[in-house]
Amino acid sequence: MAVQTSINPAVIKRTKSGKINIKSGNKIDLVVKWTLWILTLLTILAFFFFNYTGLQIERAFTETLYNLRVMFLEPALSHFSWAEAFYQVAVTLGLGVLATIFGAIIAFFLALMAAENLSKPWLSKTVRIFVAFIRAVPTVLWVLIFAIAAGLGSEAAVLGMLFHSVAYLVKAFSESIEEVDPGILEALRATGSNWWHIVVHGVLPSTFTYLLSWTFLRFEINFSVAVAMGAAAGAGGIGFELFMASGFYFDLREVGLITYLILIIAIILEFISTKLKDRYFPSTVKN
Amino acid sequence: MPLLEVKELNKSYNSEIQVLKNIEFSVGAGEFISIIGPSGAGKSTLLRCINRMVEIETGCVFFDGKDVGAQNKKDLRRLRTNIGMIFQHYNLVPRLTVIENVLHGRFGYKSTIGGVLGLFTEEEKQRAFDLLEKLGIAEQAYKRCDQLSGGQQQRVGICRALIQEPKLILCDEPIASLDPNSSKIIMDHLKQISTELGITCIVNLHQVEVAKDYAHRISGLKQGEVVFDGASPLLSQDKIEHIYGMETRELITV
Amino acid sequence: MNEKIMRKKKLQLTFVFLIIIAATYLSSAVTEYNLFESVATIPAAFAWIFSNLIITQEALERLPDILEKLNETIFMSIAATTIAAVFSLFLALMGSKTTKANNILSVIARFVASLSRNIPVVAWSLILLISFGQNSVTGFLALFVATLGFLTRAFIESIDEADQKSVEALTATGATYFQIVSKAVIPQSLPQMISWILFMIETNIRSATLVGILTGTGIGYMFDLYYKNLNYNIVALITLTIVVAVIAIELISTRIRKVIL
Repeated sequence: MAVQTSINPAVIKRTKSGKINIKSGNKIDLVVKWTLWILTLLTILAFFFFNYTGLQIERAFTETLYNLRVMFLEPALSHFSWAEAFYQVAVTLGLGVLATIFGAIIAFFLALMAAENLSKPWLSKTVRIFVAFIRAVPTVLWVLIFAIAAGLGSEAAVLGMLFHSVAYLVKAFSESIEEVDPGILEALRATGSNWWHIVVHGVLPSTFTYLLSWTFLRFEINFSVAVAMGAAAGAGGIGFELFMASGFYFDLREVGLITYLILIIAIILEFISTKLKDRYFPSTVKN
Repeated sequence: MPLLEVKELNKSYNSEIQVLKNIEFSVGAGEFISIIGPSGAGKSTLLRCINRMVEIETGCVFFDGKDVGAQNKKDLRRLRTNIGMIFQHYNLVPRLTVIENVLHGRFGYKSTIGGVLGLFTEEEKQRAFDLLEKLGIAEQAYKRCDQLSGGQQQRVGICRALIQEPKLILCDEPIASLDPNSSKIIMDHLKQISTELGITCIVNLHQVEVAKDYAHRISGLKQGEVVFDGASPLLSQDKIEHIYGMETRELITV
Repeated sequence: MNEKIMRKKKLQLTFVFLIIIAATYLSSAVTEYNLFESVATIPAAFAWIFSNLIITQEALERLPDILEKLNETIFMSIAATTIAAVFSLFLALMGSKTTKANNILSVIARFVASLSRNIPVVAWSLILLISFGQNSVTGFLALFVATLGFLTRAFIESIDEADQKSVEALTATGATYFQIVSKAVIPQSLPQMISWILFMIETNIRSATLVGILTGTGIGYMFDLYYKNLNYNIVALITLTIVVAVIAIELISTRIRKVIL
């Protein structure tokens, strides 16, 4: 089945060797291609920058597999009781709750300043830059820095964890607020309401469920942050017990049991978060 | 022997609703046949049983002498290369170029690796351009498909089907999402394909007038049953009313 | 809105606030947290930060060492993320309901992803540290495992979102499974996936600091060392270099995202 057509040769793009090109070569394709190549190159390079002190790779892998088996198949408590274990889990959850709730309160006010439909451009920009800076410092550094000033304890942990919670929630909250129907705001402005009236009667009722959902999503993150702070910054809770069991007592069974406890809570929180996301944020949720 | 034979075809998605009931018809090589009927009559399902995009429940479909329902995975793929398909929503990969989308029609002829790496021969690429030229969209070849209008996208879809070098093209509501102008262009192209290249076309349509204008033969489907099958001029007003039911009379001619 | 709904809403609101207050109170009690004390320490803490976290000339002399460690950390995050992304892609293809080969593999893929994501990265670090010792590989593996689970979930979402119509069309042309995946599914989800990879690199640089403290590697180790030696000038410098690195990477990712999404 022959097709007789005279095709304008200028339409067909060819490579240097004269073959017909089928890629458009537009900016998007190029950026995608280069991003992937550069990441591959950097990954290969990375292995030359690594420090391999004392690494016996084969033995390490077999040992780790053995350790994992002991941990997950024979979990047990030896240095503290079940009651103590639950208490420590509660401490970690408590740290997460406090950082999340205080974070949400602070973030709400900052988000009002950051939302473009409620605030002035310079103020919105300032808040956003401030938040970007806060986000760039790892949480563990915030906690350690506060630990010097406030002493090691729940105060330092909560204050340190606050920073990232606020940063995360300001971004999420301000985006929710910016989605408020401009008609509602306009109607309220037309009645002569002042700024606070608009916030309380216009913004808050239409965004409240979203703000709550975001707060819960942050709580899920804060639980694992609280575990991490316990282990790395001595903030107490189940994370600290994990650190002691593995780094101090070398008790794999206890490490296993603690890991199970953390895992169970994390999975429950993730389950609730997924339900919330499906309900309130059907499109992909990003940090 | 006819190119396509459908025998006692039955299909139901769940135990209550039977979508196709005892469908029986055959299509000869080079025919241009249109299947009409109200939405929900089973037109789409019938079309998809022919290339087994939908599993056949009972009954047989013979294409080119082969029992479609009895093919294993590999043979089914080989069989599908001989059947082009055109969709209501064009079904192109939005982020890829027009020419890439056309060349997707060659996958059935390639090894997995060859297809994954996108190794197309120069003849294939040249042919893709020739087809695009024939349908008047060669200038758009390097554009992304989602930048094209609906009518242009459907023409890309036709090129993708043609590059398969099929014996049969199945068209599932090819103009349902298009404006009248684009619809005419698309239908003209389909007609041309069937007369010039001798490719058999089965076109699902809900516009009766279009079907009467273009098809040699019309098959009317109502609640999963063939209630009319004959040359287009034989489709009289009362037959149409029978197919669509009285209450939709004024809707169908629009 | 009528009276009844209004009253119901008000009731719900009160209920939510009561729960929040109760949760705060309970948490404070369990963690022995004192709100007033903590508020009171904030001014003192900031005063301390501004008077002690100062980068001095002396600290700047250590910059080359710091940058070397920072380098190690950045490369560790990139390598862990990229390699995890490759594995995640396969797990996601197995796990996604649109591209899965069969149900058993799908469940396995989702299970592996859930396990690696829900066990916190600190736990992985501590577990791996026992046998791998204090070196970059421990940190790399810990980040790898945590990233694997997260990216698999993200990639599954991207794949599920891809338009299924082109998959149908390719199936009808007689294409094989891998041809369909590579030419209809991946081209549609790739930009989204790259966006997730970039996001994960940013996150992992911060996590790498934490992992570094635990496993004695990279910039985290450096921070811990000077922190324990009470050399706060260098601590300040290290913090600043991390901030600069994270913001730089964020800016690059934002630009890439703007083009590809």
